[in-house]
Order: sequence, then structure tokens, then C-alpha cells
Amino acid sequence: MSDIKNVLHMQDITMQFGGVVAVNGLTLDVNEHEIVALIGPNGAGKTTAFNCVTGIYQPTYGSVSFQGEVILADTPQGKTRRLYGGDVTPDPSLKPVHKTPDQVTKLGIARTFQNIRLFGNLTVFDNVLIAKHMRAKQNVFSAVLRLNHAEEKRMREESLELLHMQGLAHLKNEIASSLPYGLQRRLEIARALATGPDLLLLDEPAAGMNPQETQELTDFIRQIRDDYHLTIFMIEHHMDLVMQISDRIYVLDFGKLIAQGMPEEIQNNEKVIEAYLGVSDDADD
Amino acid sequence: MSFTTILQQCLTGISLGGAYALIAIGYTLVYGILRLINFAHGDIFMMAGYFMIFSMASMPWFIAVPVTLAVTVALGVSIERVAYRPLRQAPRMSVMISAIGVSYLLQNLATYLFTALPKGYPEIPFLKRIFQIGGLSASFVTFLTPVLTLVLVCLLIFLINHTKIGMAMRAVSKDYETASLMGIKINKTISFTFAVGSLLAGIGSILYFTDRMTVFPFSGSLPGLKCFVAAVFGGIGSIPGAVIGGFILGLGETALVAMGQSTFSDAFTFILLIVMLLIRPTGLFGEKTTDKV
Amino acid sequence: MKNITKNKNNLYSLLALAVLLGFLAFLQSDTAGYSYQISILERSAIYGVVAVSMNLLTGFTGLFSLGQAGFMAIGAYIVAIFTIPVSARASVYYVSGISPVIANIQLPVPVALLLGGLAAAGLAALIGIPVLRLKSDYLAIATLGFSEIIRAFIAAPMFDTITNGSYGLKNIPGFSSIFTVFGLAALCIALMVLLINSSYGRTFKAIREDEIAAQSMGLNLFRYKELSFVISSFFTGIGGGMLAMFMRSIDSKTFQVSLTYDILLIVVLGGIGSVTGSILGSFLVTSGRELLRFFDEPLMVAGIQIPLFRSGFRMVIFSILLMVVVLFYRRGIMGDHEFSWDGLFRLIRGVPDRLKRLKKTPLKAGKGGRK
Repeated sequence: MSDIKNVLHMQDITMQFGGVVAVNGLTLDVNEHEIVALIGPNGAGKTTAFNCVTGIYQPTYGSVSFQGEVILADTPQGKTRRLYGGDVTPDPSLKPVHKTPDQVTKLGIARTFQNIRLFGNLTVFDNVLIAKHMRAKQNVFSAVLRLNHAEEKRMREESLELLHMQGLAHLKNEIASSLPYGLQRRLEIARALATGPDLLLLDEPAAGMNPQETQELTDFIRQIRDDYHLTIFMIEHHMDLVMQISDRIYVLDFGKLIAQGMPEEIQNNEKVIEAYLGVSDDADD
Repeated sequence: MSFTTILQQCLTGISLGGAYALIAIGYTLVYGILRLINFAHGDIFMMAGYFMIFSMASMPWFIAVPVTLAVTVALGVSIERVAYRPLRQAPRMSVMISAIGVSYLLQNLATYLFTALPKGYPEIPFLKRIFQIGGLSASFVTFLTPVLTLVLVCLLIFLINHTKIGMAMRAVSKDYETASLMGIKINKTISFTFAVGSLLAGIGSILYFTDRMTVFPFSGSLPGLKCFVAAVFGGIGSIPGAVIGGFILGLGETALVAMGQSTFSDAFTFILLIVMLLIRPTGLFGEKTTDKV
Repeated sequence: MKNITKNKNNLYSLLALAVLLGFLAFLQSDTAGYSYQISILERSAIYGVVAVSMNLLTGFTGLFSLGQAGFMAIGAYIVAIFTIPVSARASVYYVSGISPVIANIQLPVPVALLLGGLAAAGLAALIGIPVLRLKSDYLAIATLGFSEIIRAFIAAPMFDTITNGSYGLKNIPGFSSIFTVFGLAALCIALMVLLINSSYGRTFKAIREDEIAAQSMGLNLFRYKELSFVISSFFTGIGGGMLAMFMRSIDSKTFQVSLTYDILLIVVLGGIGSVTGSILGSFLVTSGRELLRFFDEPLMVAGIQIPLFRSGFRMVIFSILLMVVVLFYRRGIMGDHEFSWDGLFRLIRGVPDRLKRLKKTPLKAGKGGRK
């Protein structure tokens, strides 16, 4: 199967905050054009794992590669070394690499946030337009003196087109924070798409949505994957959405990977059922 | 420079540092709880100087001192009530602007009420008595300041770690909303914090001005800024940090003056700040915080 | 329909501009007779430049800097040092003499102003490197500190042959007419408005709204904060240079922290995040300060002296005014909106209604939500 192209590879990612190991030796792969879901009970470390991919956190140990290029890598040194509580023994020769979130975005990874982070006081149109800035050819002088009008016009047209495709064009002059919740989520996805990504990370895109909205979202995610030739990696709690849409699923519990596989395999996995229902004494959401 | 001169300068530096430390604690406490640089703190310190002048005019020192401290505490607490409490839900920048406004108001009010000319600070006789130890000679207040500072700091640390109100202060500074859900009275705790900060500023003011001998409307602004730097240097939110920061600042400044570079003794503070921010942004004892995303 | 309104509004703007120019020409026709009015207006225009540049940073990028006085001092001293006529220098530096390096260099005013702005911008770039990586409270305190350091250096004896120490600099060439001041101020403000409405201005606003989201849009936070800080300081430096030319003589005391606070008052009163608000604020505050001058004079009513009125009372009133704005009208005059004719007409039509409401409920300004 040589035609499967790896997009995202996480190797032994361990993230430790003080004494708490939030993600413990996570290794996973996301391949081109796949929709992969990361699930797990609350507090399992899913969002932390996302933050390790986008460079918001520097992992304590492990490496992340995107399209074959290492974007984040680190190994504990000195004091962190002594306090290290992960299960994987760190390889001290791993060379640290730290791309900042903006560099990661430039490489082609876009994301949305669990608790929507729009530019609340700006218009819907501006929200999308800002995402276009990164790839625009201009400098501050040409922008001030309006010598970049061709570039500016292109940015505006592309943003408008994107809003049309997402069905948000009629709202383009609305203030982002005044939109209803579902549309805010949709705008956040549109804004992420505007950065021109290859890989889209969605952090609980269906949170707070009713079954009908969730169904619409399922179709929407599939559609953008095909329209924009994306690979999608998402965190989600709505099991019907996850089971319907995902090609593969990874399950995280207490920072550790407890299962991976096709949706059917996950549905029947003992460990997963245990983690969600809490067969042992400690019930966990 | 002879050994005695160096010792003498050290003594002056430590004494100045002690007064700085007392003011710096006020900044650290308030920043720890409200995440606010209380720009008015230096001016509370200045006002305490004026209160002392007026109470000493009609009362013996052992009554004047408690009266001054009580009025200073009242001023600090009422500033919080009037200028900061209504902005509890406002963006942080608004509260900071409000703090600057209060500082501006206090300075202008002092200029208006007491004129811009320096006023002589009253002497408490026993504080000014000269002591001789070996080759060193200094007034009693020079020896008293560092000792009193350390005693007060120990008391404060005890208060914060072992009393109920101290526990409330720690809880509020960790997480204000959760603390209120736990039944802690936020406003009461914050008022108490301002009271403690102002009390220490009042004591610091007596020690500082007894050495300086004059008060004028802007005599709080520069020491105020410096003490904030001391608090940042020690790690904002940390009391031992503020104390050590205060002493380092006092010693460094006195050393510069002794070397004849008094023009730059003020600039020294801010160079120290920049260096610290470059090397260790959290200060000597500050904790690193990670923002939740 | 839309087009007609637009044309109409343009017409109003043209009319307003014509009235303003006519008024300025009227004042210019008798500079001796109207010198008081002219000086108020010139100072307002210069403060307007500095206030808008502070707003660029505070209102549009969400960075709170208190270094305005320091950056103005740099611009002012550079303009002064390079424009005082060579022939007059001996009388200016009569105490400690002039350094031979600068003794014979005299630059044309525009070059000196530009140089002043560039020097302020260069220093801002240096300060920004350590400070802008941290939380914004540190920026406030560090810039305030830098402003004081700059003042200490200016007053330091070792630079006497350049800055003339505590004696200050005199004989700075002034502006030839009020049109120069207004033209220069308008040019600076127009450039800043163009910046704010450009793609770069949008990135500044994005950073103000949410730093983490801005980062995930591929924006390098440090780079754009630094850019905003440097540009703002550039115009602050030019504003300082203009102030030096306006005052004709400066010393290190001119650039105390209270100058920064004056500018802050203007920005807060006009509305954080509104350019027109800052311009309006600078004219209101500057002329208000003059109009309130009677507070400082002893006042006699029916032969009895009213006790409150004496020197310093004006500043107390001013600081109380600032507090009232901060506490009760947090959005200032304009909030984060810009002036528009439609807005003005709506306001005028709404006045009676508003008065009625004001009586019933106390005005509550609430914006919240932004951290």
C-alpha cells in the first residue's frame, strides 16, 4: 500500500504539567484524505494533544512530524528530566525542534478551538480576511500607501467566495460575537479554511449542537474534506457523529492510548466501554 | 573607599531597601489578587507622609503614628471601593487606567491642598538618635528599618499561611470565581488585602521619610514605580521575592550614589527590570503559569 | 439612494473642511491678535497626533504603553539639536559649550522631524524585543520606566554639551503658520488611518481580540506587536518634534510622566479605539484646560472669597473628570466608533429621547468580554 501518504505523525508525545502527566506516550498517524477522530472521557488529554500538534505547548517528550517534516520535538533535560513521569523512556539524543503556532499554521495545519475563539468585535468578513493576511504578498509600506490593491482585492474576493460556500455571505457585515452559536462554529471553520490548510484540526466541532445540527455538520465536514482536499483530525464527544464519519478512531484515557481502529472495532472494544462507563470503582463521565 | 565607608553605605542601602520592601509587598499582594498594577500605591505612601505631618502637629508621636496608619489604611481601602470595585468585570486595561487616574488625582489633590513645595517631615526624637557601633554611626531608624521589615514580613507570612483570612487570600489569588463559589467573600478579602498593603506602605512611609526629612506631592511616584520593579524582580505574587527585590534595589541604588553616579540611580532600577525580564520573566521566585487554551 | 447619501456626506465633509480652513485663515490673518487661540489650536493638533498614535497601540493592538513622554522627548531633542540656527547656538549652550560633533550640523525641518521619528522608532524596536514577549502589564511599567531613563539621560551632566542639561534648549525655529501645523498633523493622522484600515491594521485588531486565535491564523505575535509599537513610537517622536517647534524652548521637565497622563486622558475621553475620538479629545482637553483656568484664580463673589478657588484646583477638577469618565463612561465620547455624519444627525435627533432616558436610569457603559 505505497499510495497511502502520511500527513501527521505523533511519536511518543508526552506532556507533563508539574507532576501531572496529561498526555502519556501518545503515538498516532493521520494519513492523507482521512478523517480521524480522537475520543476519550473528559480530561483524557485530547485538547492537550492538539495543543502539542499546533505548537501552543512544547511537548515534554516526543516528536510531531507533518508531511515528513519534524515540527515539534523535545526531550526532558535537567530538572524536568528528574521529575519526568511518562511511561516511555526518553531518548536523550532527540533534537529539540520548536515551531511556534504561527509557523505551524504556515506549514498548512489549521485548527478550531473547543471554546470558540473568534475575533469577537470584528465583522464576519474581517474574521476571514485576517486569515488571508499570512499568505498575502505585501509589506507595511505598500499596504499603507495602497500599492497592494491587487493583492487586497484578491484577498477580499477569495474571502467572499469562501463565505458564499459556507453559506455565511449574507452575514458578512455582522459582528462575529453576535452570531448564533452554530454559525459561530461554522465561521471558525471557514476562518481556518481561509489559511489554506492541508490538515484541519477540529476541537469538538459539534459541542452544544442539537441532533439535527450535528447531522448537518457531519455532511459539512465530509464536504469540505472533498472540496478542499483536506485531511481532518478531530476531537469529538458525539458518538453518532464520530462513528458515522471517521475512517479511524483513537481512544485516549488518562493521557494514554487505550484503543485504536475502525469505528466498529472501537464500538466493541472492552477497554473503551470500560473507560466510558467506568466498570471499575471510579466512574468518570 | 575604606572598609568602614563600605559598611556604612551597606547599612544605608539595607535601610532604604527595608522601606522599599514594605511598599513592594503592597504591590505584590494586590497584583497577586487582582492582577492589577496599583499605580496609586506610591501615592498612598506619599499621602501617609502628609498625614504624619498633620497628626504630629497636634499629637504626641505615640498617638500620631497609629492615627496616621489608620487614616492610610482607610484611604487605601476606600480607593479600592470607589475606583476598582465597580470595574471588577471590566477589561483589565480599564482598571489599570483607573489606577493611573487615582494616582493622578492624589498627586493633584496633594499639590492643591499642601502646595508643590516640600514640607518638612516631623522628627520622632528616639528614631533620630545617633548610634555608634565601632566606626559606624547612624540614626536609630537606620537600624530599626531592616529589623522591623523582617519582623513584619514574618508576621505577614504567618497571617497568610496560618489564618482563615490568609487562606481566603490565597484562594482568591489562585482562582477568584471558584473562591467565590466556595463561599469566600471576595470583596471582603480584597479590602483586607488593600488594608494590609496600605498599612505596610504607611509604616514604610514613616521609616522612609524620617530619613528623607521632606515630603512633596510627587515624592511617592518614583519610589512607587521602583517598588513595583522590586516586586517584579522578586517574582510578582511572592512576598519573600518582594522583600529581596526591595533590598537589592536599595543596596544597588545606594552603591551608585556612593560611586557618584546619582543621576543614574533611578535609571538603574529600570535597567534591572529589563535585564530580569530578559533572563527570567517570572522573577526570582515567581511561578510559571500556563494559559489554558 | 445609498449613493445620494454618500455624496451628501462627502459634501458635508468638504463644507466642514472649507469652514475649518477659512477659520484658520482668519486666525492666520492676525497672528498677533489671536495668538492665544492659535496656540491652543496648534497644541491640540500636536497632541492629536500623539493621541492617535497612542490609540493605535492601545485601542487597536491592545497594548498598553506609557512611554509617550519619553518618545516625544527623543523626537523633540533631535529636532531641537539639529534645527537651532548655528549662529544662535553659542547663546543657547552658553554654560557648558556645544559638542563639536553637532556644532555645525543644521538640517532642514522636515529632515529633522523625520530623523526624530526614526530615532524614537529605533529605540522602541530595541525596547520592544524584551518587553513585547511578555504580558502587556509589563509593557506599561517598562515603557514608563524607559521614559524616565530617557529623561535621566537628557538631564545627565555628561550629555550637557548635547542636551544642555537642565538648562534646556532654546531658539528652536517655530512654525511659519498654523497651516503647517495642521497640515503636518493631518498627514501623520492620515497615514495612521490608512494603516489601521489596511491588512496590517486588521492583524493588529486580531491580536487585540484574541492572541491565541491570531497566532493560529499564522500571525507572528511578536512581529506584529513590534510593528505596531515601532510605528506608534515613530509618530509619537514626530509629535514630540512638533511640540519642540511649537514651544520654541524645551527642557527635560517638559517630558515628565504627567505629559503621558495628559495624552492618556485624551485617548480615554475620546474613546479607546476611535481615531476621531482621539482628535476630538485632544481639542476638548487642551482647550478645556485653558477655559478652566479661572479655577486657579481666586474667585470673589459679593466681596467674599470662595475658598476652593486657588492654584492647583484646575488639575484636581481635571483628574476628577478623568475618574468620572473611567468609572461611568468607560467608552468615552466615541467608544470604538468613528465619526460619521449619519451618526451625528442620529445623535442630534435622539437628544430629547436620550435626556428622558438619562433621568430614569443611570447611564451604564458596558463593553466587557474582552480580556
